[in-house]
Order: sequence, then C-alpha cells, then structure tokens
Amino acid sequence: MVRLERLTKRFGDVHAVEDVSFSVGRGEVLGFLGPNGAGKSTTMRMLTGFVLPTSGTASVMGFDVVREPRRVKERIGYLPEGAPSYGDMSPLGFLRFVGEMRGIHGKELTRRIGVAVERTALEEVANRPIETLSKGFRRRVGLAQAILHDPPVLVLDEPTDGLDPNQKHEVRKLVREMSRDKAIIVSTHILEEVDAVCDRVVIIARGRIVADAKPEELERRSPLHNAVRLTLERERAEEASEAIRTLNTVREVQRLEGVNGVATLLVLPVDGADLGAQVSQLLHGRGIRIERLAVERGRLDDVFRALTQGPSA
Amino acid sequence: MDIVRTVVRRELAAYFTTPLAYVFIVIFLALAGAFAFFLGGFFERGQADLESFFVFHPWLYLFLVPAVAMRLWAEERRTGTIELLMTLPASTFQIVLGKFLAAWIFTGIALALTFPFWITVNYLGEPDNGVILAAYLGSWAIAGAFIAIGACASALTKNQVIAFVLGAAICFLFLMSGVDLVLAAFRGWAPDWVVDLVASFSLITHFNELAKGVINAATAVYLATLVGVCWLVNTLIVDLEKAR
Repeated sequence: MVRLERLTKRFGDVHAVEDVSFSVGRGEVLGFLGPNGAGKSTTMRMLTGFVLPTSGTASVMGFDVVREPRRVKERIGYLPEGAPSYGDMSPLGFLRFVGEMRGIHGKELTRRIGVAVERTALEEVANRPIETLSKGFRRRVGLAQAILHDPPVLVLDEPTDGLDPNQKHEVRKLVREMSRDKAIIVSTHILEEVDAVCDRVVIIARGRIVADAKPEELERRSPLHNAVRLTLERERAEEASEAIRTLNTVREVQRLEGVNGVATLLVLPVDGADLGAQVSQLLHGRGIRIERLAVERGRLDDVFRALTQGPSA
Repeated sequence: MDIVRTVVRRELAAYFTTPLAYVFIVIFLALAGAFAFFLGGFFERGQADLESFFVFHPWLYLFLVPAVAMRLWAEERRTGTIELLMTLPASTFQIVLGKFLAAWIFTGIALALTFPFWITVNYLGEPDNGVILAAYLGSWAIAGAFIAIGACASALTKNQVIAFVLGAAICFLFLMSGVDLVLAAFRGWAPDWVVDLVASFSLITHFNELAKGVINAATAVYLATLVGVCWLVNTLIVDLEKAR
C-alpha cells in the first residue's frame, strides 16, 4: 500500500536522506528506526507531502506523492514529530477543524470525533485548551487527529515520545488494534517499541537504510543471540568454563562476577548455535550443579548500535 | 470553498482567543478618534463629512495591519503546525485565501466599530452617506492590500517580529511610492516610464481619492491586482519552502 522508491533529499550539500526504498503492506506495522538526525522525519515528511524529494518518489495506494499529493494526503493519517496542534483550541475544536479540512461534516464528523476521542481516551480534557494539557494528552490529541478519518495508511512520527509507561502501553495497544486493516509506519528510537508493536524493522543511519528485517532476524544478528548465562558454585566455575571451552560450538566463555559464593558464566556460541542442552549435559556429566541457566535472545540495542555507528564512529 | 471557510473560521477564532484582537480594536478606535479630532480638526472644519477621519487611516494601518498579518504564517512555522496544515488535503492557495480573508474580515470588524463617527456626523448635519460608504469601502480595501503584503512577509519567516517589520516596511514603500523619498531611488538609473509606474503604485494617491468617496476603475483594478499578485507570491513562498 505504501511504496518508497529511491527517495532522496538533499539540503544544499547535506544528504539528509539517500536512496531510501521500502514498502509496507496492509496489516503490517513497520518500525522505522534510527538515531536522532538519521533522516527518519525527513523521510516521513516526503511520504506525507510536506517536503518534496530531491529525487525518487513515494506512492500511497498507487498515487504518486509528487504528482497527486492531494490524493495521497487524503489516504494518510499523519502524526508529525512533536505532535503539533493549535494551542488555543480545545481537542474537540481542533478535531472538528481537521475533520472539516478533510471534507467530513455534520453528524458523520460528530460520530468520528466521538470514536477518535474514545480511542485515544481524551474525554476528560475534550473541552480544555490544548496549551493547558500535559505532553501525554497533547500527543494523544495528535493521534486522534491522525486516525479521525480512518485512513488506510498511518504515519506516526515518534508517537510515544514523552509518554509515561502506561500511556506508552495504551498507544502501542492502539497501534496494534488498528494494524489489522491498515499499513502503519511508526518511527521511534525506543527499541522496546519494536518488540511491542512492529512486524518489520527498517533501520536508517546517516540517511541510508542499513537494515530491513523482522525483529527476530535482527536479534539473531546480535553477538549475544543464543548465548547461555550460567550460574554455578564459585569453586567449580573455573573447571566448568574449561570444559565448556572444549565444545566446538562455543566461541568464548566470559566469567562475570557473582555474589554469595556463586559465579556467572556467559557462554557465547559460534554463529548463534543453540547450545543450552549441550552445556547442561556436559556439566551434569561432571557433577557440577547448575543453579540457573538462561538462553539470551540477543539484544536489539547491540545490533542497533553496531548498524548505526558504523566503522567511522 | 468549504476548506476556505474552515480556514477562515479557525483563523478568526484564533484572533479572538488571544488578547491581540481586543488590543488591536481598542488601539485602532482610540487612534482613529484621536487623529480625527486633534490632527484632522473634525469639529473645527465645520463640515458634516468624515474626510478628516478617513484621511489618517493609511497611517494607522501602516503599523497596525502588519501586526494583524504577522502571525498568519510565522506562528504556524514556529509552532510546527504548518506541517499539520500542509499535510491536510487542501491546496496551498485555499489556505492562503482563507488566512487572508480571516485577517481582512477582522480589520473589517474593527473598522465597522467606528460607526459612532458616522452617527455623530449624521446627528450634527446632513452628510452624503454614499460618499461615507464609499470611503469606508476604500479604507477597507487599503487594509486588505496591507494584509496581503503582510501575509507574504509572514510566510518568509518564523519570527513574528521580523514579519512585522518587513511587512510594515513593504507597506510603507507602497504607500509612499509617489513621493520623492522613494522615487529618487529610481530616478538615477531607471527610464522615465518606470519612475512613472512606481509613482502610480502610490497607495496614498489612490486613497486620497477613495477618502473623498471617489471610486474609479483604475484604483479598483490596481488594488485588486496588488492583492491578487500578493496571493500568488504568498502561495509561491509557501510552496517553495517544501522544495527547499
């Protein structure tokens, strides 16, 4: 439903976005990740028609954003970075304005505003000036505005920025609920968000795509993926690590500090091999008691850092 | 048309939810009165007309109207709402038009509130009310021209003070383009017809006719063209910002 083709934006000599291509289908939530200043917002602005691309193009449901910006804008619900809204208006007044600008009127508009207010839990502040609301409420006003016309495509620039954990949870739940029949692009630099809502992740750094994969695939790239964390008696830790090193699927054994007479070993596998069972059998055979054994999934933030910092940083 | 109306309604509401509207109206009414009485000799003239009242309007507008127009675009840029506005399915021109009309209607309201002057002259004598109506329309038209210019200035910056100063300066040039101060800048190098053209831009010359209640075709065409060109320039400025 959404397709970006070699989208490029230069501001003078600065290459803000370079050759970005990806597509998002119905029912898919795409996490758009990158460090601050990587070009996330610029990419979203080109997709929503706020900024014209230097070259390349984007299309929404077959409509080109440069040639038919209006048809694209009709089909997108957009939450710009920082969730801007008119501070002197109330959420109800603001939603009415946005609805009328989108050509919705009368009873239909009242009904849709009701739905949007309910989904974003704005009832209690619906008549207060937006400038008096907390950051969390303002963000939700921005979200309500984006979903008001029930668009097939949602583009949300950092929808959970500045929200407390409960509010983040609510917003993620909302995104998940809406993803059934929509294509959704969510930008974020919060990695936990990816696990919580995204089916796919595109990571950009310095304007270029450095990864386009499912979250599990990215976790697999982590050096910690399938690493085994062992807790055992301190006296036998050295013996255990010697034994484990003999396995040919083990790349490295690290000894971490333990407390209360136990030691923790971190066993890193070769190529993410699964070695939980092997390790426990080995130690069991030697009569070394394992207090605890855990297999790591791999950490997204390690992968994120490795991908976005590159060799120069 | 729906979109233009929606923009007008929002912008008008924005004027009246801030103190700007009331400050503007109070100062406009106070100064319009003070100028008419103390500088224009409203009573001393002994004539039942409003020429002494209207003749100062361009000078009042010179610094009051750019203050009305300065927020139109600069504020949207500063608060980031421009991103929201420009990603709604509306054309830039519709928004330009809506914002202009809102500011123009607002100055119209302020102007209409000077009706006690009209009542006063009608009480004191028998003025030609047709002339007064024409002068009101002329005054409102000049305000419209200044708003169109001020809106362009506002679209150039996110700083309202810059928008105000720039708008007032451009309005001043248009107002005064008939006097030597401005013409001298052109005489040195430009051919005579350019100097004459610039001189004919002078809003004050056109307005002096309007204040007497004389609406001629040249003035009407000139003002309409000026406003129309400003709308296009305004649209262009906003659209070019996208491609920057």
